[in-house]
Amino acid sequence: MTHTETITTQLAALRRSAPEGTLHAVMRQTDLADEYTLIEGPTGPAYIAWNGRGVTAFVPVKAVGSPSDFETRHPRDASLVEAPPDRLVNHLDHAIETGRLGRLPVDLSAIGEFQRRVLEKCVEIPPGEIRPYGWIAREIGNPGAVRAVGTALGRNPVPVLIPCHRVVRTDGRIGNYAYGSPMKRSLLEHEGLDTEAIETQARLGVRLVGSDTTGIYCYPTCRHAKRINDAHLIEFRSETAAVEEGYRACKVCRPAA
Amino acid sequence: MITTLDQLPNRLSVDRDGAFPDLVRTLQDGVYSGALQFTRNRQDAEDVTQETFVRVYRALDSYDEDRIRDLQLRSWVWTIALNVCRNRARTVNRHPETALVDDRVDRTADTAGEAAANIDLGTWRLRLASLTGPQRTAVVLHHVVGLPYGEIAESTGRSESTIRSDVRRGLARLRTLLEEEMR
Repeated sequence: MTHTETITTQLAALRRSAPEGTLHAVMRQTDLADEYTLIEGPTGPAYIAWNGRGVTAFVPVKAVGSPSDFETRHPRDASLVEAPPDRLVNHLDHAIETGRLGRLPVDLSAIGEFQRRVLEKCVEIPPGEIRPYGWIAREIGNPGAVRAVGTALGRNPVPVLIPCHRVVRTDGRIGNYAYGSPMKRSLLEHEGLDTEAIETQARLGVRLVGSDTTGIYCYPTCRHAKRINDAHLIEFRSETAAVEEGYRACKVCRPAA
Repeated sequence: MITTLDQLPNRLSVDRDGAFPDLVRTLQDGVYSGALQFTRNRQDAEDVTQETFVRVYRALDSYDEDRIRDLQLRSWVWTIALNVCRNRARTVNRHPETALVDDRVDRTADTAGEAAANIDLGTWRLRLASLTGPQRTAVVLHHVVGLPYGEIAESTGRSESTIRSDVRRGLARLRTLLEEEMR
């Protein structure tokens, strides 16, 4: 005599746990699984993580320490592998060599609209040049959001590759960095900037420079500003001062709206 | 972080990628347990489980926030899982050289206890295969997976009373089978 109860008990006992690798396999197939490795960055070794969509993290070893420390601070599970995948390796080498993101894909899908716009604008700043926070705020159409721009850059998941170290204080001083001000300076020096001179200029109140032959004013590190002959270089304390002297804003570095 | 099934739709609607692993963790055992009965062997069940969650993710990717927030998550996942199982069965039928019930993989067990449990699994799979399709689905989802009648109704698109009677008839059929086996 078989009771229904016996049957249902036996049926309930057919329940099993899913195989251990299920989640990881699904994460890989949905491009959500992160892998990471150690590479040589512009100023020393760094951890780089990626998933099927692109790079998800870049952290200098100096800032985090051991691989397990990296895994702890990484927002998702990540497994350590030998090297970046073929699809990324060339773009990655190129980005580190030139200081330009180029065609290296970055996964910004977990990032909000405002922060994404800030980071995308930041990518436009060429190596060896710096812009103030206010420049990004103005360029993305939120001139009042200077502080929010600072916060967004401070949470940049892929510093160095997205060059938030090229964004400085409105008074022209180098300012803070998620991995400390010294690292920000060494990144800028690696790109050929003289950070001492930048700080000195900022202390003296120089925000902009112009050429008396062209009548155009720029940010001091703009590639056009660097071409100005010393004899023709005019320094300005503000945009208003430059405009009063009859100068117009450079269309490349766009120091004014 | 511990997330219950009830909180998942909300979390998924604001942070799909962040909450998705918890969705898999929460539902994978159920989907796998059901798939073990709806497919031929452990390997197929594993494939079905993975494919189900990959499809779940792709679907979530195409839904807007409101639609995700309103999801009856478990029954919705089971709608997808049953579809994947059906597709797999169709493929298997197109390749008749593979038997309906194939326990090859299940025989690779580490312990005697596990081996016995696997034999059990195979035996029950055979018994359940003699039910009608809808009865088998209802019995497995209710008694193996542990889904309430209402959720089975939702995931199969049938009425709750039909599901109840399928479970009842399915169990009656299993009882007859067991009695025949013992004779």
